[in-house]
Amino acid sequence: MGSDRILVGTRKGVFFIEKLRSGWKPRLAGHAGGGANYVASDPFSGTIWAAMGHGHWGAKLSRSTDEGKTWTDAAQVKFPRGARYLSPPMPDETGPDGKPAAVTLKEATVQKLWALAFGPGGRVYVGTIPGGLFVSNDGGESFELNRPLWDHDSRGGDFWNGRTTGTTHWFGTPAAESGDFAPGIHSIVVDPRNPERVLVAISTAGVLETTDGGKSWRGRNRGMTNDYLPDPNAEWGHDPHFITLCPGQPDFVWQQNHTGVFHSDDGAQTWRKVSQPEQGVHFGFPIAADAKHGGTAWVVPGKSDMQRMAIDGGLFVARTQDGGKSWEPLRNGLPQENAYDVVLRHSLDQQDGKLAFGSTTGNLYVSEDRGESWQSVANNLPPIYSVRFG
Amino acid sequence: MATVKLTRHLFTFFPQLEGEELVVEATNAAEVVSALDKLAPGIAFYICDELGRLRTHVNIFVGDERIADRERLSDPVGPDTRVFIMQALSGG
Repeated sequence: MGSDRILVGTRKGVFFIEKLRSGWKPRLAGHAGGGANYVASDPFSGTIWAAMGHGHWGAKLSRSTDEGKTWTDAAQVKFPRGARYLSPPMPDETGPDGKPAAVTLKEATVQKLWALAFGPGGRVYVGTIPGGLFVSNDGGESFELNRPLWDHDSRGGDFWNGRTTGTTHWFGTPAAESGDFAPGIHSIVVDPRNPERVLVAISTAGVLETTDGGKSWRGRNRGMTNDYLPDPNAEWGHDPHFITLCPGQPDFVWQQNHTGVFHSDDGAQTWRKVSQPEQGVHFGFPIAADAKHGGTAWVVPGKSDMQRMAIDGGLFVARTQDGGKSWEPLRNGLPQENAYDVVLRHSLDQQDGKLAFGSTTGNLYVSEDRGESWQSVANNLPPIYSVRFG
Repeated sequence: MATVKLTRHLFTFFPQLEGEELVVEATNAAEVVSALDKLAPGIAFYICDELGRLRTHVNIFVGDERIADRERLSDPVGPDTRVFIMQALSGG
């Protein structure tokens, strides 16, 4: 369906928004009442996947092979016995001595299926809270935890074999919705030139890269800065909100971070801050890269991390076409009064010059001219968690 | 033999169980869940997490008593007992 269909994951089900002769039309496409964290089509197989959070009944992976007419549970993502992780304390937790509480070792269970990605040859990736990357090499018939990333020294090492560092640099995100404060993988980016090269981003840790199909991982946070840690240049502790790359120029990588917008033109080996706060381009959750031109990207700015909503009641998308040197606000067709939408990290996408984004207030907007003009195509959807063409 | 009553919500995911009289051989709550999983593969992972613990917002009653062992579901189930699998009233 490509750029004529938008798959929408919401707090209360999966919706499709299709381009018909009469215009873009939304419809409920399954899982009524169920939380769909991420819905996407595998471009290699055509299978549509939904990462569900069923509340009482836990995180479940669902798929449809008939364009959304029917959905069935896929092979379920489960942590293997013995998978443990160092859980940082809640920020306000103190130990018996009054000092910040110590990390605790916890048995891992899937708290949230947060992101999906696909590679050739039946490869399906699932990013989870607490910080596990699961990989299928058989089109989703079975999934396995990627151990080298789970056992990475930045996460505390290999607890199965006792090779632990005793500390973790992966901190938490409240996005688990379970009350736990565990880290989560929300971005999985496969290099189209070389599917053995994958970038992942973790809230809160930073970006890691593999170039050998997941056998080994290294941090890719050079040049990142943060303004909430004592050392603004620390290797870990970063809070990427989303990362993506340009498929036509995969060395051009983009990152919307808690502390601004960052760009890399060397495959994430080094990052450069390209925020432009005076134009409102700084805080936000999603970022989309152009398919061909590595210097072009779009963000949906929000008002600082203290408010996290559209700036001054006027919703806009910002676009750069020069690698972040300059940004232009795109407001044509978007509400400019009393609009306080929040657009989450998976809720902006682009394909074939079309863009779409959705907000937690259930509004969905589409542009067919690279963001120059926008139309509102749905206004009363449940809170939107993901927007993907496909 | 235990007769199992499920919250209607589970029939959304396992419609094949709706309207069926669910009678299973079990001596404890864990065996009830295992027996249900044979009737409807996958349902155990809806009721329990991958460690076998009862999910936070799910309850099992054996007769009138809520089970005490949420970690291993070792609470005994006698013959001719009714077992209820419920969801806590939470969410929005």
